[in-house]
Amino acid sequence: MTTPTTPRSTGTRATRVIGIAAIVMSAWLTLFGLVLSPADVAQGDAVRIMYVHVPSVWLAYLAFIVTAICSVWVLVARGRVPGVDRVAGASAEIGVVFMAVTLVSGMLWGRITWGVYWQWDARLTTTALLFITYIGYLAVRGLDGSPEQRARRSAVVGVVAVAEIPLVHWSVRLWRSLHQEATVLDTDLDVDIDGLMLFTLFVGVIAFTLWFVWFVLHRARVMALAALVEERSLDEALAERATEVPAGGQN
Amino acid sequence: MESIEFIIGSYLLTFGAIAVVAARMLRRARSLSHRVPDEEKYWL
Repeated sequence: MTTPTTPRSTGTRATRVIGIAAIVMSAWLTLFGLVLSPADVAQGDAVRIMYVHVPSVWLAYLAFIVTAICSVWVLVARGRVPGVDRVAGASAEIGVVFMAVTLVSGMLWGRITWGVYWQWDARLTTTALLFITYIGYLAVRGLDGSPEQRARRSAVVGVVAVAEIPLVHWSVRLWRSLHQEATVLDTDLDVDIDGLMLFTLFVGVIAFTLWFVWFVLHRARVMALAALVEERSLDEALAERATEVPAGGQN
Repeated sequence: MESIEFIIGSYLLTFGAIAVVAARMLRRARSLSHRVPDEEKYWL
């Protein structure tokens, strides 16, 4: 008698190590962000929101840039690189989640510092537009067509959409904005932040980068599993259909 | 700490989102992995 083995899922030793590191770094971030880092001279304790807000938007930008790079690859290969296309889609999905987190944590921060959750300010409006653009990208990925058609179509959107990131980033300079300018580096590339605050922000960026890698690896594998299941279902349906057709007959 | 509800709320929102997305993804991965033999999983 053989013991049935449990099928292996999307986890590997690498994803487990990355996941544990991300959890540990997130715990550190919470400790430093909420307890050990000092309050800001101007903003007081509200600055503590920065330690989750800035890494969230960093992750979203990173995700959309990865999507754009993979999209260029897909276009060059004329859509015949399904693995790369899956990474593009997985990365965009994670980016959308963290862009939503950025918008909501920014609203909470705005409520403390500006007294309102939302203003149709240049930075906030362009960020919301970026968020909506990538929801559109995900909608395009879901349209009908062959896998190559879908990959090429969404790759075009992935390449065009990334051009919005510089617009969002520079919006505080291009238009008059309520939103503060870059927290860490000013125009002269001088670091203009307290040492412990900078360290906490650095911990946040590392933690969220680890989360990004973990999420993209798992999500791309889930997409691969879904594609395999769909392929197998189609093969089974065709085989079943073939047995229904009488020998030598047409249906 | 001033405005503690907004500060704690932002951390709960961020890590809550991570936990929910991760849990949903792992659940979906487990359900799909039962329908695909291990030898077809390129990452193993």
